[in-house]
Amino acid sequence: MIFLELFWTFFKIGLFTFGGGYAMLPLIQQEVLNRNWATNEELINFVAVAESTPGPFAINMSTYVGVEQGDIFGSFCATLGVMLPSFIIILIVAKCFEKFKTNRIVAGCMTGIKPAAIGLIGAAVVSIGETVFFPAGVTAAVFGTAALWVSLGIFLVMAVLAFRKVHPILIICLSAVAGVAAGYLLDLSL
Amino acid sequence: MSEDNAVFSRPRRLWQLFSTFFRIGAFTFGGGYAMIPLIQREAVEKHHWVTDDDVLEIIAIAESTPGPIAINSATFVGYRVAGVLGSACATLGVVLPSFIIILLISGLLREFQDIRAVKYAFYGIRAGVLALVLKSLWTMYRKCKKSPVAYAAMAGAFVAAAIFDFHVLIIIIACAILGLMVSLLSERRKS
Repeated sequence: MIFLELFWTFFKIGLFTFGGGYAMLPLIQQEVLNRNWATNEELINFVAVAESTPGPFAINMSTYVGVEQGDIFGSFCATLGVMLPSFIIILIVAKCFEKFKTNRIVAGCMTGIKPAAIGLIGAAVVSIGETVFFPAGVTAAVFGTAALWVSLGIFLVMAVLAFRKVHPILIICLSAVAGVAAGYLLDLSL
Repeated sequence: MSEDNAVFSRPRRLWQLFSTFFRIGAFTFGGGYAMIPLIQREAVEKHHWVTDDDVLEIIAIAESTPGPIAINSATFVGYRVAGVLGSACATLGVVLPSFIIILLISGLLREFQDIRAVKYAFYGIRAGVLALVLKSLWTMYRKCKKSPVAYAAMAGAFVAAAIFDFHVLIIIIACAILGLMVSLLSERRKS
Protein backbone atom coordinates (compact mmCIF):
# COMPACT_ATOMS: atom_id res chain seq x y z
CA MET A 1 0.00 0.00 0.00
CA ILE A 2 1.82 3.03 -1.33
CA PHE A 3 0.05 5.61 0.86
CA LEU A 4 0.93 3.86 4.07
CA GLU A 5 4.49 3.35 2.87
CA LEU A 6 4.83 7.05 1.99
CA PHE A 7 3.45 8.06 5.37
CA TRP A 8 5.66 5.67 7.32
CA THR A 9 8.83 6.46 5.35
CA PHE A 10 8.46 10.20 5.82
CA PHE A 11 7.42 9.75 9.45
CA LYS A 12 10.79 8.06 10.02
CA ILE A 13 12.55 10.85 8.15
CA GLY A 14 10.79 13.47 10.29
CA LEU A 15 11.54 11.60 13.48
CA PHE A 16 15.25 11.11 12.89
CA THR A 17 16.51 14.38 11.46
CA PHE A 18 17.73 17.03 13.81
CA GLY A 19 18.45 20.60 12.79
CA GLY A 20 17.24 22.31 9.68
CA GLY A 21 18.02 22.36 6.02
CA TYR A 22 20.23 19.69 4.54
CA ALA A 23 20.35 17.64 7.76
CA MET A 24 17.46 15.75 6.22
CA LEU A 25 19.27 14.95 2.99
CA PRO A 26 21.19 11.77 3.96
CA LEU A 27 18.12 9.98 5.30
CA ILE A 28 15.88 11.11 2.42
CA GLN A 29 18.55 9.95 0.00
CA GLN A 30 18.78 6.51 1.55
CA GLU A 31 15.05 5.90 1.98
CA VAL A 32 14.04 7.25 -1.42
CA LEU A 33 16.83 5.58 -3.39
CA ASN A 34 16.31 2.22 -1.68
CA ARG A 35 12.65 2.27 -2.71
CA ASN A 36 13.43 3.41 -6.27
CA TRP A 37 11.17 6.40 -5.78
CA ALA A 38 13.71 8.60 -7.55
CA THR A 39 17.24 8.47 -8.91
CA ASN A 40 20.06 10.32 -7.19
CA GLU A 41 20.14 12.67 -10.18
CA GLU A 42 16.44 13.50 -9.80
CA LEU A 43 16.92 14.08 -6.08
CA ILE A 44 19.74 16.55 -6.66
CA ASN A 45 17.66 18.35 -9.30
CA PHE A 46 14.89 18.59 -6.78
CA VAL A 47 17.18 20.00 -4.07
CA ALA A 48 17.58 22.97 -6.40
CA VAL A 49 13.82 23.23 -6.88
CA ALA A 50 13.26 23.07 -3.12
CA GLU A 51 15.90 25.74 -2.60
CA SER A 52 14.24 28.11 -5.06
CA THR A 53 10.69 27.67 -3.85
CA PRO A 54 9.43 28.98 -0.52
CA GLY A 55 8.88 26.85 2.55
CA PRO A 56 10.77 24.25 4.55
CA PHE A 57 13.01 21.87 2.61
CA ALA A 58 11.41 18.82 4.25
CA ILE A 59 7.90 19.78 3.16
CA ASN A 60 9.02 20.47 -0.39
CA MET A 61 10.71 17.08 -0.51
CA SER A 62 7.83 15.09 0.96
CA THR A 63 5.26 16.80 -1.26
CA TYR A 64 7.32 16.13 -4.38
CA VAL A 65 8.13 12.48 -3.69
CA GLY A 66 4.55 11.92 -2.53
CA VAL A 67 2.90 13.40 -5.61
CA GLU A 68 5.23 11.47 -7.92
CA GLN A 69 4.40 8.16 -6.25
CA GLY A 70 0.78 8.57 -5.24
CA ASP A 71 -0.65 11.79 -6.69
CA ILE A 72 -2.28 14.36 -4.42
CA PHE A 73 -3.25 11.92 -1.70
CA GLY A 74 0.27 10.49 -1.77
CA SER A 75 1.78 13.93 -1.22
CA PHE A 76 -0.70 14.51 1.58
CA CYS A 77 0.36 11.26 3.31
CA ALA A 78 4.10 11.94 2.90
CA THR A 79 3.81 15.52 4.16
CA LEU A 80 1.64 14.56 7.10
CA GLY A 81 4.20 11.87 7.94
CA VAL A 82 7.18 14.23 7.90
CA MET A 83 5.52 16.87 10.10
CA LEU A 84 3.75 14.67 12.63
CA PRO A 85 6.80 13.67 14.76
CA SER A 86 7.89 17.27 15.39
CA PHE A 87 4.32 18.35 15.97
CA ILE A 88 3.75 15.72 18.66
CA ILE A 89 7.16 16.13 20.28
CA ILE A 90 6.90 19.94 20.46
CA LEU A 91 3.46 19.68 22.06
CA ILE A 92 4.95 17.47 24.75
CA VAL A 93 8.01 19.67 25.17
CA ALA A 94 5.96 22.87 25.34
CA LYS A 95 4.13 21.44 28.33
CA CYS A 96 7.22 20.57 30.33
CA PHE A 97 9.78 22.87 28.81
CA GLU A 98 11.87 23.60 31.89
CA LYS A 99 12.45 19.92 32.57
CA PHE A 100 13.34 19.25 28.97
CA LYS A 101 15.84 22.10 28.76
CA THR A 102 17.93 20.78 31.62
CA ASN A 103 17.50 17.10 30.86
CA ARG A 104 20.91 15.42 31.00
CA ILE A 105 19.87 12.52 28.80
CA VAL A 106 18.65 14.75 25.97
CA ALA A 107 21.77 16.90 26.22
CA GLY A 108 24.00 13.83 26.27
CA CYS A 109 22.41 12.31 23.18
CA MET A 110 22.76 15.60 21.32
CA THR A 111 26.53 15.67 21.88
CA GLY A 112 26.64 12.57 19.68
CA ILE A 113 23.85 13.34 17.20
CA LYS A 114 25.02 16.80 16.11
CA PRO A 115 28.48 15.73 14.94
CA ALA A 116 27.01 12.55 13.44
CA ALA A 117 24.75 14.71 11.26
CA ILE A 118 27.87 16.46 9.96
CA GLY A 119 29.54 13.15 9.09
CA LEU A 120 26.36 12.00 7.34
CA ILE A 121 26.10 15.16 5.27
CA GLY A 122 29.76 14.67 4.38
CA ALA A 123 28.83 11.25 3.03
CA ALA A 124 25.92 12.83 1.13
CA VAL A 125 28.35 15.30 -0.45
CA VAL A 126 30.46 12.38 -1.69
CA SER A 127 27.47 10.63 -3.25
CA ILE A 128 26.21 13.86 -4.83
CA GLY A 129 29.72 14.44 -6.18
CA GLU A 130 29.73 11.00 -7.77
CA THR A 131 26.39 11.66 -9.48
CA VAL A 132 27.43 15.13 -10.63
CA PHE A 133 30.83 14.24 -12.03
CA PHE A 134 30.46 10.56 -12.93
CA PRO A 135 26.80 10.01 -13.81
CA ALA A 136 27.66 6.84 -15.73
CA GLY A 137 30.22 5.52 -13.24
CA VAL A 138 33.97 6.05 -12.93
CA THR A 139 35.88 4.79 -15.96
CA ALA A 140 39.06 5.94 -17.66
CA ALA A 141 37.05 7.18 -20.65
CA VAL A 142 35.11 9.62 -18.47
CA PHE A 143 38.21 11.75 -17.94
CA GLY A 144 38.33 12.58 -21.65
CA THR A 145 34.78 13.96 -21.78
CA ALA A 146 34.01 17.65 -21.82
CA ALA A 147 30.95 17.04 -19.61
CA LEU A 148 33.15 16.16 -16.62
CA TRP A 149 35.42 19.18 -16.93
CA VAL A 150 32.58 21.63 -17.49
CA SER A 151 30.70 20.43 -14.41
CA LEU A 152 33.93 20.56 -12.41
CA GLY A 153 34.41 24.15 -13.57
CA ILE A 154 30.84 25.14 -12.69
CA PHE A 155 31.22 23.49 -9.27
CA LEU A 156 34.45 25.35 -8.46
CA VAL A 157 33.08 28.76 -9.47
CA MET A 158 29.84 28.19 -7.55
CA ALA A 159 31.73 26.95 -4.49
CA VAL A 160 33.71 30.21 -4.41
CA LEU A 161 30.47 32.19 -4.74
CA ALA A 162 28.73 30.10 -2.07
CA PHE A 163 31.55 30.67 0.41
CA ARG A 164 31.34 34.39 -0.35
CA LYS A 165 27.71 34.21 0.79
CA VAL A 166 26.12 34.79 -2.59
CA HIS A 167 22.41 33.95 -2.32
CA PRO A 168 21.61 30.27 -3.08
CA ILE A 169 18.91 31.13 -5.60
CA LEU A 170 21.35 33.30 -7.53
CA ILE A 171 23.86 30.44 -7.49
CA ILE A 172 21.24 28.06 -8.89
CA CYS A 173 20.31 30.53 -11.64
CA LEU A 174 23.95 31.10 -12.60
CA SER A 175 24.59 27.34 -12.65
CA ALA A 176 21.60 26.83 -14.94
CA VAL A 177 22.80 29.55 -17.34
CA ALA A 178 26.32 28.09 -17.33
CA GLY A 179 24.96 24.60 -17.97
CA VAL A 180 22.82 25.72 -20.91
CA ALA A 181 25.59 27.85 -22.43
CA ALA A 182 28.24 25.15 -22.14
CA GLY A 183 25.79 22.49 -23.29
CA TYR A 184 24.97 24.19 -26.58
CA LEU A 185 28.46 25.60 -27.22
CA LEU A 186 30.19 22.25 -26.76
CA ASP A 187 27.22 20.22 -27.98
CA LEU A 188 27.41 18.02 -24.89
CA SER A 189 25.61 14.72 -24.96
CA LEU A 190 24.17 13.93 -21.52
CA MET B 1 -11.14 42.99 27.19
CA SER B 2 -14.97 42.86 27.19
CA GLU B 3 -16.81 39.58 27.47
CA ASP B 4 -17.91 39.69 23.85
CA ASN B 5 -14.31 39.96 22.87
CA ALA B 6 -13.37 36.95 24.94
CA VAL B 7 -16.00 34.87 23.17
CA PHE B 8 -14.98 35.91 19.67
CA SER B 9 -11.27 36.24 20.23
CA ARG B 10 -10.45 32.54 20.08
CA PRO B 11 -11.58 31.84 16.48
CA ARG B 12 -10.00 35.11 15.46
CA ARG B 13 -6.72 34.23 17.12
CA LEU B 14 -6.74 30.85 15.39
CA TRP B 15 -7.27 32.56 12.05
CA GLN B 16 -4.48 35.01 12.83
CA LEU B 17 -2.13 32.16 13.67
CA PHE B 18 -2.99 30.39 10.44
CA SER B 19 -2.65 33.44 8.22
CA THR B 20 0.53 34.70 9.88
CA PHE B 21 2.31 31.38 9.53
CA PHE B 22 0.95 31.00 6.01
CA ARG B 23 2.74 34.26 5.16
CA ILE B 24 5.91 33.06 6.90
CA GLY B 25 5.79 29.82 4.93
CA ALA B 26 5.16 31.62 1.67
CA PHE B 27 8.01 34.10 1.99
CA THR B 28 10.97 32.16 3.30
CA PHE B 29 13.20 30.35 0.90
CA GLY B 30 15.43 27.50 1.95
CA GLY B 31 13.55 27.07 5.20
CA GLY B 32 15.15 26.48 8.57
CA TYR B 33 16.97 29.41 10.10
CA ALA B 34 15.92 31.72 7.28
CA MET B 35 12.52 31.66 8.95
CA ILE B 36 13.63 32.95 12.36
CA PRO B 37 13.81 36.71 11.58
CA LEU B 38 10.34 36.59 10.04
CA ILE B 39 8.92 34.75 13.07
CA GLN B 40 10.53 37.37 15.28
CA ARG B 41 8.91 40.20 13.37
CA GLU B 42 5.44 38.65 13.14
CA ALA B 43 5.09 36.75 16.41
CA VAL B 44 7.08 39.04 18.71
CA GLU B 45 6.90 42.57 17.37
CA LYS B 46 3.54 42.57 15.61
CA HIS B 47 1.29 40.20 17.55
CA HIS B 48 3.14 39.99 20.91
CA TRP B 49 2.41 36.28 21.02
CA VAL B 50 5.82 35.40 22.42
CA THR B 51 8.88 37.29 23.67
CA ASP B 52 12.40 37.53 22.26
CA ASP B 53 13.51 35.11 24.95
CA ASP B 54 10.87 32.64 23.79
CA VAL B 55 12.29 32.82 20.27
CA LEU B 56 15.76 31.96 21.57
CA GLU B 57 14.21 29.07 23.49
CA ILE B 58 12.40 27.90 20.37
CA ILE B 59 15.71 27.78 18.51
CA ALA B 60 17.29 25.83 21.35
CA ILE B 61 14.40 23.35 21.40
CA ALA B 62 14.30 23.05 17.62
CA GLU B 63 17.96 22.09 17.67
CA SER B 64 17.46 19.24 20.09
CA THR B 65 14.16 17.88 18.81
CA PRO B 66 13.68 16.13 15.48
CA GLY B 67 12.00 17.64 12.47
CA PRO B 68 12.08 20.83 10.43
CA ILE B 69 12.65 24.05 12.38
CA ALA B 70 9.63 25.63 10.68
CA ILE B 71 7.28 22.96 12.02
CA ASN B 72 8.88 23.06 15.46
CA SER B 73 8.51 26.81 15.85
CA ALA B 74 5.00 27.00 14.38
CA THR B 75 3.81 24.27 16.74
CA PHE B 76 5.47 25.94 19.73
CA VAL B 77 4.13 29.45 19.08
CA GLY B 78 0.68 28.10 18.21
CA TYR B 79 0.54 26.15 21.45
CA ARG B 80 1.56 29.18 23.52
CA VAL B 81 -1.15 31.33 21.93
CA ALA B 82 -4.10 28.95 21.70
CA GLY B 83 -3.28 25.44 22.87
CA VAL B 84 -3.31 22.32 20.73
CA LEU B 85 -5.77 23.76 18.21
CA GLY B 86 -3.56 26.83 17.91
CA SER B 87 -0.51 24.73 17.10
CA ALA B 88 -2.51 22.82 14.49
CA CYS B 89 -3.54 26.09 12.80
CA ALA B 90 -0.03 27.56 12.84
CA THR B 91 1.56 24.35 11.53
CA LEU B 92 -1.03 23.95 8.78
CA GLY B 93 -0.38 27.56 7.79
CA VAL B 94 3.38 27.19 7.53
CA VAL B 95 3.14 23.98 5.50
CA LEU B 96 0.39 24.89 3.05
CA PRO B 97 2.28 27.33 0.76
CA SER B 98 5.09 24.90 -0.09
CA PHE B 99 2.63 22.05 -0.41
CA ILE B 100 0.54 23.92 -2.99
CA ILE B 101 3.51 25.31 -4.90
CA ILE B 102 5.25 21.93 -5.20
CA LEU B 103 2.03 20.25 -6.32
CA LEU B 104 1.79 22.83 -9.12
CA ILE B 105 5.47 22.60 -10.06
CA SER B 106 5.84 18.81 -10.05
CA GLY B 107 3.64 18.44 -13.12
CA LEU B 108 5.66 21.06 -14.99
CA LEU B 109 8.94 19.38 -14.04
CA ARG B 110 7.81 16.08 -15.48
CA GLU B 111 6.62 17.73 -18.67
CA PHE B 112 9.75 19.73 -19.37
CA GLN B 113 12.49 17.42 -18.14
CA ASP B 114 13.21 15.89 -21.55
CA ILE B 115 13.75 19.18 -23.35
CA ARG B 116 17.39 19.64 -24.30
CA ALA B 117 17.79 23.11 -22.76
CA VAL B 118 16.20 21.94 -19.50
CA LYS B 119 18.56 18.96 -19.37
CA TYR B 120 21.54 21.29 -19.80
CA ALA B 121 20.17 23.66 -17.17
CA PHE B 122 19.83 20.86 -14.60
CA TYR B 123 23.25 19.54 -15.58
CA GLY B 124 24.67 22.91 -14.52
CA ILE B 125 22.37 23.17 -11.50
CA ARG B 126 23.51 19.82 -10.08
CA ALA B 127 27.09 21.12 -9.94
CA GLY B 128 25.78 24.26 -8.21
CA VAL B 129 23.82 22.20 -5.69
CA LEU B 130 26.97 20.28 -4.81
CA ALA B 131 28.61 23.62 -3.99
CA LEU B 132 25.63 24.69 -1.86
CA VAL B 133 25.56 21.48 0.17
CA LEU B 134 29.32 21.69 0.68
CA LYS B 135 28.95 25.26 1.96
CA SER B 136 26.19 24.22 4.38
CA LEU B 137 28.37 21.33 5.57
CA TRP B 138 31.17 23.80 6.34
CA THR B 139 28.78 26.12 8.21
CA MET B 140 27.51 23.22 10.34
CA TYR B 141 31.05 22.06 11.02
CA ARG B 142 32.08 25.51 12.25
CA LYS B 143 29.05 25.81 14.55
CA CYS B 144 29.56 22.36 16.09
CA LYS B 145 31.29 22.20 19.47
CA LYS B 146 34.57 20.35 18.99
CA SER B 147 35.63 17.58 21.34
CA PRO B 148 37.22 14.13 20.95
CA VAL B 149 33.72 12.58 21.07
CA ALA B 150 32.47 14.99 18.41
CA TYR B 151 35.35 14.16 16.07
CA ALA B 152 34.84 10.43 16.68
CA ALA B 153 31.11 10.66 15.90
CA MET B 154 31.77 12.78 12.81
CA ALA B 155 34.42 10.46 11.40
CA GLY B 156 32.55 7.32 12.43
CA ALA B 157 29.29 8.48 10.84
CA PHE B 158 31.07 9.49 7.65
CA VAL B 159 32.93 6.20 7.24
CA ALA B 160 29.88 4.11 8.19
CA ALA B 161 27.68 5.90 5.65
CA ALA B 162 30.08 6.62 2.78
CA ILE B 163 32.12 3.41 2.80
CA PHE B 164 30.09 0.73 4.58
CA ASP B 165 26.65 2.00 3.51
CA PHE B 166 25.16 1.51 6.98
CA HIS B 167 21.59 2.57 7.53
CA VAL B 168 21.40 6.25 8.53
CA LEU B 169 19.02 5.54 11.42
CA ILE B 170 21.43 3.04 12.95
CA ILE B 171 24.28 5.53 12.69
CA ILE B 172 22.25 8.28 14.37
CA ILE B 173 21.11 6.01 17.20
CA ALA B 174 24.64 4.66 17.75
CA CYS B 175 26.09 8.18 17.94
CA ALA B 176 23.33 9.28 20.34
CA ILE B 177 24.21 6.39 22.64
CA LEU B 178 27.91 7.20 22.35
CA GLY B 179 27.29 10.85 23.24
CA LEU B 180 25.04 9.91 26.15
CA MET B 181 27.49 7.40 27.63
CA VAL B 182 30.48 9.71 27.37
CA SER B 183 28.65 12.65 28.95
CA LEU B 184 27.23 10.52 31.78
CA LEU B 185 30.68 9.03 32.45
CA SER B 186 32.41 12.40 32.55
CA GLU B 187 29.69 13.68 34.88
CA ARG B 188 30.27 10.80 37.26
CA ARG B 189 34.01 11.39 37.21
CA LYS B 190 33.46 15.04 38.19
CA SER B 191 31.30 14.24 41.20
